[in-house]
Amino acid sequence: MKERCRPLSNPNIVSIFEQLFTMDLPQHGYRASAKPRARAGPHTGDPLLFADTSSAAPPMNNQGYYTPGYSIGGAPVGGPADAGVNNLFADPMASAAMMYGSSLANQGKEIVNKEISRYVSVNKLKYFFAVDSKYVMKKLLLLVFPYTHQDWEVRYHRDTPLTPRHDVNADDLYIPSMAFITYILLAGMALGIQKRFSPEVLGLCASTALVWVVIEVLVMLLCLYILSVHSDLSIFDLFAYSGYKYVGMIFTVLGGLLFGSDGYFVALTWSSCALMFFIVRSLKMKILSSLSHDSMGAGATAKPRLRLYITVATAAFQPIIIYWLTSHLVR
Amino acid sequence: MAFTLYSLIQAVILCVNAVAVLHEERFLSKIGWGVDQSIGGFGDEPGIKVQLMNLVRSVRTVMRGTTEKSIPFINIKHRSACI
Repeated sequence: MKERCRPLSNPNIVSIFEQLFTMDLPQHGYRASAKPRARAGPHTGDPLLFADTSSAAPPMNNQGYYTPGYSIGGAPVGGPADAGVNNLFADPMASAAMMYGSSLANQGKEIVNKEISRYVSVNKLKYFFAVDSKYVMKKLLLLVFPYTHQDWEVRYHRDTPLTPRHDVNADDLYIPSMAFITYILLAGMALGIQKRFSPEVLGLCASTALVWVVIEVLVMLLCLYILSVHSDLSIFDLFAYSGYKYVGMIFTVLGGLLFGSDGYFVALTWSSCALMFFIVRSLKMKILSSLSHDSMGAGATAKPRLRLYITVATAAFQPIIIYWLTSHLVR
Repeated sequence: MAFTLYSLIQAVILCVNAVAVLHEERFLSKIGWGVDQSIGGFGDEPGIKVQLMNLVRSVRTVMRGTTEKSIPFINIKHRSACI
């Protein structure tokens, strides 16, 4: 016990390390309980601030083994409950300030989580990112060549849709977001090849593409509300279906870069047809099939036509926007 | 035509403002879109016109509530020579 209570004599960082490693290490029981703590330790001092301070103080004592380059006077220890274990803080005010700072950071983190979960349901968002590689491969193949796929129905499991991991027809937000970023990078590369690149263009390209998707989603929401289509399309579903066009855009830009202007138009035609087919088949299931539940006979004759118009208009909008957003990249 | 997020926000605010300034008595009732003309048809499928009228009325209610609580002064700068 006496060895562990020995205070550091030389405040130099290197010598702190030496003295640490000559000190008596705690028992294995401590190490086992502190393993998750130790894993986060070596990177920076940040895990200390954003770590779970609600756990017991003893695991924090092992932070003393890492000195992440703070000021020489105080290697962060996190305010051990029993001051006798690692007396690295020469200055008690610094340890008190450290504890205060970490509690403030935790409060801030909780507030941010609460505010975010007020606007965006995080659980619903997690459903859209529950993907694996097999799903991504199959979905990308489906977006490029959807003509041989037979069954477009989204499978359910006790009233909740299956996650994308288990059902290839479910929509996800992983592919659209990755495709968006890839599209931005590809646009930068295409412009760089033509020596028209500047950093502002990247931001402009990104915001233009994003704004068009937001506009499309808003218009779709408006149309679905006005025609009182009671489908289970949430706003994330609409973002997903609108975001799938980024895959078509990437394919088009690649075709234009590799094979010149002819390749651009061939790739544009191919991806437009594939995307139109995909959108019509997918949305038909969601929008048009909701008729079967609540059709009242004579009064519902006008509705199927309007719903069909929405689906076809959405599909027809895709080639236009793909052309609009990619033509300036491939001259 | 390059959009920025700012121009999108501008467009949305202007559109919502345009819907909010439609006057109930002077204009909407004249063209048959007043609030008293939307009642009826209690079937499960309200028509397009009824839905639109409901939308206009709810936008006006929300905007009126917002301006009565606090008077937001939205200063939209006139941007010439946009990108």
